[in-house]
Amino acid sequence: MRKPPEIPSSSLADIAFLLLIFFLTSASMNTDMGLERRLPPIAPDVENKDTPPIKERNVFIVLVNKDNQILCEGQWIQIGELREKAKEFMENPNDDPNLPEKKLKEVEFFGEIPISEGVISLQNDLGTQYGTYLAVQNELVAAINELRNDLAKTKFGEPLEKLSKEKQDAIRDIYPQRISEAEPKRVGVQ
Amino acid sequence: MERFRKGKAKELPAVSTASLPDIVFILLFFFMAVVKMRDVTVMVHQSLPQATELTKLEKKTLVSNIYVGVPQNQYIAVFGNEPRIQLNDKFAEVEDIVDFIVVERQARDEAEIPLMTTSLKIDEYTKMKIVQDIKQELRRASALHINYSSRKRLKNL
Repeated sequence: MRKPPEIPSSSLADIAFLLLIFFLTSASMNTDMGLERRLPPIAPDVENKDTPPIKERNVFIVLVNKDNQILCEGQWIQIGELREKAKEFMENPNDDPNLPEKKLKEVEFFGEIPISEGVISLQNDLGTQYGTYLAVQNELVAAINELRNDLAKTKFGEPLEKLSKEKQDAIRDIYPQRISEAEPKRVGVQ
Repeated sequence: MERFRKGKAKELPAVSTASLPDIVFILLFFFMAVVKMRDVTVMVHQSLPQATELTKLEKKTLVSNIYVGVPQNQYIAVFGNEPRIQLNDKFAEVEDIVDFIVVERQARDEAEIPLMTTSLKIDEYTKMKIVQDIKQELRRASALHINYSSRKRLKNL
């Protein structure tokens, strides 16, 4: 009996390539990136009245209005200036009496070190544009990240992300990310 | 034909391509396994804001997305041209967010719930009112770990 002819398989490669290209193009390889934040948990109804009020010098007030203008510690500023202002506030290098006070605290690797009591308070209007709001948040986070990085470089000679977890935690203790968001005002909403 | 070639020097035999389909199939399976198909069609216009202090969202399975923006042209007639919230494949109201988070949590293991992140993909021209309402709802659902989705900014402000 005659052997039946074999089915040619040379086109198999073409078919596989076609499938491959289809998956390559339809797939979303892009990685999601973004500014990470944590929301405060909902406060219990009974407010603790015993907490001492925060001193005026310890608060860095940033206000953003409905026209996306920024008022920082009572001054109109451009967004480009915000980072330096926030850094100066958190660092307070010359112990200026108008900038936040410092408290000595024991931190691993550093010994007793003065830590700023400063808190950044951010308040926006309900009519503020989201883009501006995020830019302001980004500058404030960047200010603290830069301070941490500078400290990591002077103390350990390496950028923050290259350090061990314990050292990173110590630096985070010295420059905590204290950004609080006040309830927004309802001025610029129609 | 064969008869004429006989006298010439021996030619190199052609490289066999029989294994080419196998190689391509391996590649194909690799990409099919690695890649997550885009499962939601975004129905709102999105131009994400730019930022510098970015963190990558590592575990994609633990991320729930909330899209906010002006509906795209084909939806404007029905849903208007004010910024709207999109959850999964539907337009939604602010009140639906708590339910959305609950459903997202039920789909995950219990141990993974604390690691879940909500990625807020919000158009940069949106007013803060809607963002504030979303944040308030997320706090009520105690989904406190959020990520404001943004693009990398290369130049300084």
